[in-house]
Amino acid sequence: MSTSTGQDHGAVAGPALESQATIDAEVASIHERYAGRRANHPPRDFAPYRSSALRHPTHELVTLFPEEIERTSPAFGHVDVDPYESDLTIQHTGEPLGERMTVTGRVLDGDGRPVRNQLIEIWQANAGGRYIHKRDQHPAPLDPNFTGVGRALTGDDGSYRFTTVKPGPYPWKNHRNAWRPAHIHFSLFGQAFTQRLVTQMYFPGDPLFALDPIYQSITDPRARERLVAAYDHDETVPEFSMGYRWDIVLTGSTATWMEDEHDDE
Amino acid sequence: MTSDLGQTPSQTVGPFFGYALPFAGGPQLVAPSRADAVVLHGVVLDGDGLPVPDALLELWQADADGALVQRAGSRARELGRFTGFGRSAVDVDGHYEFATVLPGAVAPSTTGWALITVFARGLLHHLFTRAYFLDADAALPADPLLDRVDPARRETLIARADGPGSYRFDIRLQGEGETVFLEYADRA
Ligand SMILES: [Fe+2]
Repeated sequence: MSTSTGQDHGAVAGPALESQATIDAEVASIHERYAGRRANHPPRDFAPYRSSALRHPTHELVTLFPEEIERTSPAFGHVDVDPYESDLTIQHTGEPLGERMTVTGRVLDGDGRPVRNQLIEIWQANAGGRYIHKRDQHPAPLDPNFTGVGRALTGDDGSYRFTTVKPGPYPWKNHRNAWRPAHIHFSLFGQAFTQRLVTQMYFPGDPLFALDPIYQSITDPRARERLVAAYDHDETVPEFSMGYRWDIVLTGSTATWMEDEHDDE
Repeated sequence: MTSDLGQTPSQTVGPFFGYALPFAGGPQLVAPSRADAVVLHGVVLDGDGLPVPDALLELWQADADGALVQRAGSRARELGRFTGFGRSAVDVDGHYEFATVLPGAVAPSTTGWALITVFARGLLHHLFTRAYFLDADAALPADPLLDRVDPARRETLIARADGPGSYRFDIRLQGEGETVFLEYADRA
């Protein structure tokens, strides 16, 4: 058995997966095509993320002004979320393994106004990079003291705070030796359903960013950086936990392209 | 000018949301035993016409009188409140089923519809669509959206009655019969 030589660990024979270099070249070619154009969201058709191939529409989306239903959002309150649900380290009898951390920030609309009293849901792998999910085949240990699910309501200033442990990176089968950078999944509601957002928060300086076709599916580097939390020493609690800060902006516009001086098409 | 307040980009919901996002009673906006309860059901299909087994749908709609309910309790079904919000993961066959009430019309539409949001592994950014509830043989109503959509594709927005109190709404992400998906513009 190999240990750290980069060979497949206990891999079973299957269809040959493509190399990281193949994926990187595809990503580079798409980024070149989109260069200089501002885009907030990833294109749904992004071939280097193989699972997108049969799951993106090929027709243009129909653009419309939102009607009242789309301009409103469900309300959530303390009947829906218990305050303890924002601490992912107290859901079992013992403490989870890993690097204890807090992640805090504000949810804002495009004008900087707080998104108040709205639901945030998170889920994540444990410190070893393993999800409590029956389809997660990564042979890393489960942690009996960690589920990896949290919920919170934003405060009157749009703020939220979770206590958890830092998730580990994990392998997946998009291509050979594919690894996801460490991330926390976030689900957010705004004041209008058009602001609904599901995304992933990443950690600063991750060497896997350049290699990950999901992170790289966001073609505008300025937009990609908005998914990376900042280490915040003021949020680090002495003798207790690392602090990260991540603000989330929900504008509600899903138009693919914003007006930009470089947009020459 | 680049604003510091740029939209946070979307990322896929991934394959492992199943222990985090679905919740008890999520697909039941009302008790299925209620006299006015209807079923909204269908399958989510990919570009090969195969079921998508790891999609998640959200439903957002008005009540039977066309009013949007703005009160908490969507995740607390034991309270028995209709809030207009539902969430359902599909099963291994890509099938979903909501229990709800027929939404009343909210102007400018003349017939009731529900907003449906689709999340899935492989989908980097969720998709919005609408389900207009119609009887099996009813003609399409006049509606600002339906009037604009290519006539050949309008039927993809219709939840057709397929039995007493039951409406069928399949979602095709790609290919033949691809569902009409929506994006929203800001009013300048
Ligand atoms: Fe993940």
